[in-house]
Amino acid sequence: MTTVHQNRTAGLSRRELLKHGGTAGALMALVVSGGAVLSADRAWGVETSALTPQTMATLIQLARDIYPHDQLADKYYAIAMKSHEVKAAKDEAHRVLIEQGVADLDRRAGAGGYRGVGWEEDRVAILRTIATTPFFQAVRGGLVVDLYNQPAIWPIFGYEGESYSKGGYIDRGFNDIEWL
Amino acid sequence: MAAPFDLKDDHVVVIVGSGAGGGTLGNELAQKGIDVVILEAGARHEYTDFINDEWASFQQLAWTDKRTTSGDWRVHKDFPNLPAWIVKAVGGSTTHWAGASLRFHEHEFKALSTYGKIAGADLLDWPISLAEMEPYYAKAEDKMGVTRTNGIPGLPGNNNFKIMKAGADKLGYKECSTGRMAINSQPRDDRNACQQTGFCFQGCKWGAKWSTLYAEIPKGEKTGHLEVRPNSMVIKINHDKTGKVTGVVYADKDGKLHEQKARIVAVAGNSIESPRLLLNSESSKFPHGLANSSGKVGQNYMRHMTGSVYAIFDKPVHMYRGTTMAGIISDEARNDPSRGFVGGYEFETLSLGLPFMAAFLDPGAWGRSFTTALDHYTHMAGMWIVGEDMPRVQNRVTLHSDMKDEHGMPIADVHFDDHDNDKAMRNHAYKQGQALYDAVGATRTFPTPPYPSTHNLGTNRMSEKPADGVVNKHGQSHDIKNLFASDGSQFTTGGAENPTLTIVSLAIRQADYIAGQMSQRAI
Repeated sequence: MTTVHQNRTAGLSRRELLKHGGTAGALMALVVSGGAVLSADRAWGVETSALTPQTMATLIQLARDIYPHDQLADKYYAIAMKSHEVKAAKDEAHRVLIEQGVADLDRRAGAGGYRGVGWEEDRVAILRTIATTPFFQAVRGGLVVDLYNQPAIWPIFGYEGESYSKGGYIDRGFNDIEWL
Repeated sequence: MAAPFDLKDDHVVVIVGSGAGGGTLGNELAQKGIDVVILEAGARHEYTDFINDEWASFQQLAWTDKRTTSGDWRVHKDFPNLPAWIVKAVGGSTTHWAGASLRFHEHEFKALSTYGKIAGADLLDWPISLAEMEPYYAKAEDKMGVTRTNGIPGLPGNNNFKIMKAGADKLGYKECSTGRMAINSQPRDDRNACQQTGFCFQGCKWGAKWSTLYAEIPKGEKTGHLEVRPNSMVIKINHDKTGKVTGVVYADKDGKLHEQKARIVAVAGNSIESPRLLLNSESSKFPHGLANSSGKVGQNYMRHMTGSVYAIFDKPVHMYRGTTMAGIISDEARNDPSRGFVGGYEFETLSLGLPFMAAFLDPGAWGRSFTTALDHYTHMAGMWIVGEDMPRVQNRVTLHSDMKDEHGMPIADVHFDDHDNDKAMRNHAYKQGQALYDAVGATRTFPTPPYPSTHNLGTNRMSEKPADGVVNKHGQSHDIKNLFASDGSQFTTGGAENPTLTIVSLAIRQADYIAGQMSQRAI
């Protein structure tokens, strides 16, 4: 689960974050601060201007719920969702699609909003009710490329990527299966 | 060494498209001393420019111009504007193909006689037989360096093949090998041997896989009789009062229109673009498009019955290492209606990288059921199924009623409804494929739906009688003597085999015919 802490001060210290987060430090994955979504450890952040940072934080959670890989850190989902910020800045219709889509998700989730729903299964149940909407289709359709096309995640899945520069696999295990 | 020909030079043969049909025909004619201009819609990327990255390569090579789809095929739902995964570049889809080079079976040239009349199918016998094709198949296999022909050894099997072979043995299949592939297993024809790099679909960076881009076109250019003009999108074929074609209008890379005069025009733009061009060349004399007195231009679009089966094992496989299509099982290619369908199919190993596996394993799927499959990517094996589909009148390429491309040419709409025979065959293949992997200990299997079509066939089909098709047994229009179809659009029926070898064989045969007709001044 993602807990988002709102703070208008851009220079939020880790101590302050923890204070705001109360005892929820271990759950604290994303922080909304000023015009950005930050990771709790400040290792990365996504600045937003067209979309609200709250919307971006929800998109990141939504992305994880659509393609959940527990071995992938949030930043890869954030990188994938950044394309919606870029597109929303150029295309008002897209901005509205995303903002309204997220608002609709929050409405369906009830008090606390989508990010306040604790179990993935319960969030997915909400997603099933919107799976045919243009909003969901736009997010999923972009994500399937923007998530899995990040070369940085390939080694996490064991996919070795480009092989020509290494001379292919002729001497590197193309036929190394031993368990048959 | 390319021989630039003048736009007004009306003695040249103009070929539209530079893939398996057009690129081969161009070289064959040039070798005979006939002057040829190939107009290719795409750019020229030499094989060293290819990219070992699925999406980046797709951007470099794929035909992504907008098309629309309709019908009950799943591609319409999953990829409504991408009916086909084919190439817009010099070399056409021979840059992208996997290399499988199997001859048609005898019965596949006689589909109507063998299968009988089938409701909802527009079956027809080819006007040629296997016996007539055999010498040309032999020439094509030699030209392309097909393994297991002409004394060329088979390719070594990769991990994905080894899994297939173990499963095939368990199921009692007898015809499983690393196949007949137009991929060099040893250096040949001044081209490298396969280095088991993978990424066959992204263009072979070693030039080990046969492609017209580097195996045919440069040889033709060397003769001084062949010019390839890239970034040249043909939008109309012109004709004179007698109905003979006289040249083509094409847009260059800046969108500027030119007319290239021609003695003969051969369309080889793949089975979507070729009928699109003929239909768009309508005139007062030919109000339904060129070569279309039968009304068959664009009809009987075939795409092969396809699907894939992927499987996860409890131990590593690394299927992406090595040749993409590394093994073939042909036992199910026979015609045996007791299985509940006519015609047959092949199993051919296939692998996709992680980015394409995510896009194609189960398009539109999401959630843990889907992502746990990708979590075991290194433990996956996979194979493609490719079989004969039924030609149907309603399965057709038409011009879109209002959407146009940047040159003002109506875009193509591709309508396809699966025939019940296609569905029965696909279900049989899924069952057999899953059983094969289960027999090797798969912990989970996936009957994966068809990808956008790579084998596009039949939209200008060959027929004995002019009323039944568009071209005769030489690919020559029944209506217009100096107009030819030279790609897979000529196919009367699809057979179960990957079409490239047959397209190349037909192109070699057609070059002989065209040269003969020219010297007799018949055209």
